[in-house]
Amino acid sequence: MNAFATEFRRDLAISARHGAETMNPIAFFALAAFLLGLGLGQSTSRLDEAAGGALWVLALFANVLAVEGLFSRDREDGSLEQLLLHAKPLFAALLGKVAAHWIVSGLPIAALSPLVALLVDVPPSGMFALALTLLLGTPTLALVGAIGAALVAGTGRGGLLVALLVMPLYVPTLLFGSGAAMTALGGGDPSAELLWLAALLALSITLAPFGIGAALRVGQEY
Amino acid sequence: MMEWLAMGGHGVYVWSAYALSAAALVGMGVWPWLALRRARRRIAAALAPNQPVRAGDRKRPEPGQGDVA
Amino acid sequence: MGKATEWFRRTFHRMGSPRWFFAGSRGWMLGLYLVGGALIAIGSAWGLGFAPTDRLQGDSYRILYVHVPAAHLAEAVYVAIAIAGAVHLVWRMKMADLAIAAAAPVGMTLTAAALATGYIWGIPTWGTGWVWDARTTSMLVLLFLYFGLIALRQAVPRADRAALAVSVLAIVGVVNIPIIKYSVDWFTTLHQPASIRIGERPSIDPSMLWPLAVNALGYYLFLVGVVIAALRAKIIEREAKADWVRTWVQAR
Repeated sequence: MNAFATEFRRDLAISARHGAETMNPIAFFALAAFLLGLGLGQSTSRLDEAAGGALWVLALFANVLAVEGLFSRDREDGSLEQLLLHAKPLFAALLGKVAAHWIVSGLPIAALSPLVALLVDVPPSGMFALALTLLLGTPTLALVGAIGAALVAGTGRGGLLVALLVMPLYVPTLLFGSGAAMTALGGGDPSAELLWLAALLALSITLAPFGIGAALRVGQEY
Repeated sequence: MMEWLAMGGHGVYVWSAYALSAAALVGMGVWPWLALRRARRRIAAALAPNQPVRAGDRKRPEPGQGDVA
Repeated sequence: MGKATEWFRRTFHRMGSPRWFFAGSRGWMLGLYLVGGALIAIGSAWGLGFAPTDRLQGDSYRILYVHVPAAHLAEAVYVAIAIAGAVHLVWRMKMADLAIAAAAPVGMTLTAAALATGYIWGIPTWGTGWVWDARTTSMLVLLFLYFGLIALRQAVPRADRAALAVSVLAIVGVVNIPIIKYSVDWFTTLHQPASIRIGERPSIDPSMLWPLAVNALGYYLFLVGVVIAALRAKIIEREAKADWVRTWVQAR
């Protein structure tokens, strides 16, 4: 677990140093929700049913934009190569990196979602459930997204390519996440969907680091 | 015959689906042949001498002399 | 070591040689084109002209004979690409990389064809072309996965390096496909409007099944032929500097 803690602390410290940049995904999420509410003509009746799904799609976009640059700084200064050579086990180190990334991107989005939900007239009863689904879903998005970011890291191509590679893989998380949010907003019990989200998270924690590692190794050869 | 073409009123759907599939199959089948021919011509052009010359004017270059991009 | 194992080992090693493959594949390719094309012609004529009309769907069900093989092969090609990707990652076999490059556009075309014929079939059957049904939705996701494979290959500047990235992506995709299918299935059965019911019929009459079997086999053989042909083109493109390619070009 040492490799995990080292990378986790290091990346958090780096994020703290780039304060404003770290805020970007959250600001994007709030801004996009604001535009959504505005674009749909501030009409309450049209939004409340679909609000859970709409906010989930926005959170997904925010995640894609955030994850894109996950490895670019490390690649530029050479520390990525060091990590691939020396980290033991690499699995834990990569998990640490993604966890640190999630702390500054996914977690704030989930935490802020009740506030953002006010913009699109989500009833207070649904806010907590929405935050919970995002809390369970965004780590999966970060883990899967990191594979795409790792693949693209060496190409010098930007976010659109990462989005293209990663968004089809987000389908299950989106379906269960927005499904849970909409069930909760409709007054139902979302525990089945929440369990599925947890299962997806467990699966991606065990599998995604291998994908990220393989993608990064390949990227070193470009 | 007309009755068969009409497909019980669903002729438009059935025939357009078959036409589309046939187009896709033919397209997939022909494309590699065109790609191979294009690649062959490009290599042949790169191997040939730069200016068009009349036969016998100059010796043909050995393979390997031409510049293949 | 048994004779069969020895033969397999030697063939596998030879398959790694683009030159050997190029020299030996022309006959196979032509044969597969011919047999596959003939089977598709027979199966389609059978399906269009001789199979009985469906009691519920009328004649529109005949789209099945071109829709199902395309949809089935679209998925099979993706799995084959992932297997080639694994082979490429483990043994760094150039032919596996070329095979991925050759097969990806074929798979994408098949996916698009399956989606388009499905849409056309949907209009008379469901009253609307597009339905958020589990199979149509998964097929659309597959189309996006193919887009990703092709886009990633073009983004990496060097062809031989691009192959490694594409191999990783294909494997990640193939691990995800069952999860995607399951989640879409779960979601659509839960949220499907009751007016549209797309049930699996318990059984199909054999007289309707035979043309499908013929067409499916025909699609398989024809498309293996197409992939071999595309592979031959890729070999010549990639090996343009090799002596044997130059000799081949000049001999034509």
